[in-house]
Amino acid sequence: MADALISPAVGTTMCVVSAGLIAYSCKKVRETADDRKVPLMGVLGAFIFAAQMINFSIPATGSSGHLGGGMILSILLGPYAAFLVMASVLVVQALFFGDGGLLALGCNIFNLGFFPCFIVYLLIYKKVVGDEPTKGKIISGSLIAAIVGLQLGALGVVLETLFSGISELPFSTFVLLMQPIHLAIGVVEGVVTAAVVIFVWNARPEILNAAAHSKQIGQMSITKVLLGLLIAVVIVGGALSWLASTNPDGLEWAMFKTAGVEEMEMDHGVHKTLSAFQEKTAFLPDYNFKQGESQPEAEPDTEPAWPAVDPGTSVSGIAGGGLTLFVILLIGFFLRRRKAV
Amino acid sequence: MDIRYMDIMASSDTSLHGLDPRAKLITTLLFIVAVVSFDRYTILALIPFFIYPIVLISAGGLPVGYLLKKILWVSPFAVLVGIFNPIMDREIIYHIGSIGISGGWISFFSILLRFLLTLSAALILIALTGFNAVCQALTRLGMPRPFVVQLLFFYRYIFVLVDEAERMEMARSLRSFNSRSTNFRTFISIIGHLLLRSLDRAERIYLAMRSRGFDGNIRMIKTINLRWKDLAFMAGWAILFIGFRMNNIPMRLGDIIMEVF
Repeated sequence: MADALISPAVGTTMCVVSAGLIAYSCKKVRETADDRKVPLMGVLGAFIFAAQMINFSIPATGSSGHLGGGMILSILLGPYAAFLVMASVLVVQALFFGDGGLLALGCNIFNLGFFPCFIVYLLIYKKVVGDEPTKGKIISGSLIAAIVGLQLGALGVVLETLFSGISELPFSTFVLLMQPIHLAIGVVEGVVTAAVVIFVWNARPEILNAAAHSKQIGQMSITKVLLGLLIAVVIVGGALSWLASTNPDGLEWAMFKTAGVEEMEMDHGVHKTLSAFQEKTAFLPDYNFKQGESQPEAEPDTEPAWPAVDPGTSVSGIAGGGLTLFVILLIGFFLRRRKAV
Repeated sequence: MDIRYMDIMASSDTSLHGLDPRAKLITTLLFIVAVVSFDRYTILALIPFFIYPIVLISAGGLPVGYLLKKILWVSPFAVLVGIFNPIMDREIIYHIGSIGISGGWISFFSILLRFLLTLSAALILIALTGFNAVCQALTRLGMPRPFVVQLLFFYRYIFVLVDEAERMEMARSLRSFNSRSTNFRTFISIIGHLLLRSLDRAERIYLAMRSRGFDGNIRMIKTINLRWKDLAFMAGWAILFIGFRMNNIPMRLGDIIMEVF
């Protein structure tokens, strides 16, 4: 998921949801009062990071695979701590490598953290493997869990992109594109996860036993988490999309709101002044290339049904854009010169 | 490794580096929200926003080429999703001379511009601030402490474990006549041992820190406080972003040019 593909409403909703999950997980980790876990979490995060640098070659495909994070962390740390570690891996990737972006971080944490750590680990892996792990149970559990986890994550990406409306891809095409790719990735990740878990189980079984028996989660809480999440999404998402529909431009609305304009004063006073000011300053208010979504899809390459664009406008647009860029580059150049002197 | 270079940039000393990390974090978020809030056919109105990354890069003495290379490195996903726009949306909505441009190409270009702007803002934030200071800002803005503490641990041990992974990879390569591909069995064995070593290391770290009085907090000597110049930095950019958001400046400039000539 990337900043460029999401709308502020979707980005903010997902950031709020993910922040809530982080706060909830922190509370849970703190409740277990196991401060031994905090350094362990940090080091395991670094392990995921380092392990992703080592690839293996998949026979007969010419491609390579590496370890995914969420599942193995959940198995070793339990869902709450694992979710926090996944979130921090994604924070570092967003900040240092620009993977995703800051606004999309909420989406990414949800897709790659929430699904594997909470849904898939608790509802699939734990159920399949149970209290007495065997080799077969570990393999089937990891495989199914990884596949389902990646399918959910991919679906998350599709839905978030769809709700944002920046990409033109229709839902069905996007789903057909994303799901099979992630099926393949899921199989690879499942196999790797299973193999690593079995490796640890053979070498040091006490690690897995300790992780499985540290009773920090009741099965009850997953419903609570899901319910809380649903409520949060409905409230935040609903509020934001309502804003988006009643105020086509959410940001402007937010700006008026923060400028202290309440509905009661709409008819007089500040609002009038503000909108008059806006009209004055924007003599091309809300300049758009295209009007609304409601227009029927025109046949490709026909004459535009929509009033032909005045050639003068496009020339002045290009000239203005060029000039703006030139001025900005000039400013940058001078700042750099001044530093060098 | 790559992360190290970002940290070196963050440790230089310009007036921008000295600003309160909270001010920089909030300004970055405002910038990103302003950029992504435009509708999908916006190109022109996005151009003025380039002033933010360009001014920060110039005044902060950051290497332009390096940052651009980093952005290019992660661009495939945005390009991959965006490239379908020209295929799906072929309605011609714009003319330059006699060449018609479809809405899809315009929205594709808009995605690329957004991508460039938002990513450069995020990378600039870390290059001007450094990771520890960003974490400090997060704590002060209300992020729960266990999360931030393990984030700091995580960051510290990335370097150690990446070195470890590189050593193991080199050992494998030397024992297999420099072959570049790793088979599955070897791969699992390397990863498994890396994991066991990491677990042991975590245990040692914990014991060492406990015996030095670790109580679940990481304390920083450098305190942060908001001063007037931090507020001015935030407010100045915020006003500029709002101005750019509400006025299509390139359009107005272009009209003025057309009137003059």
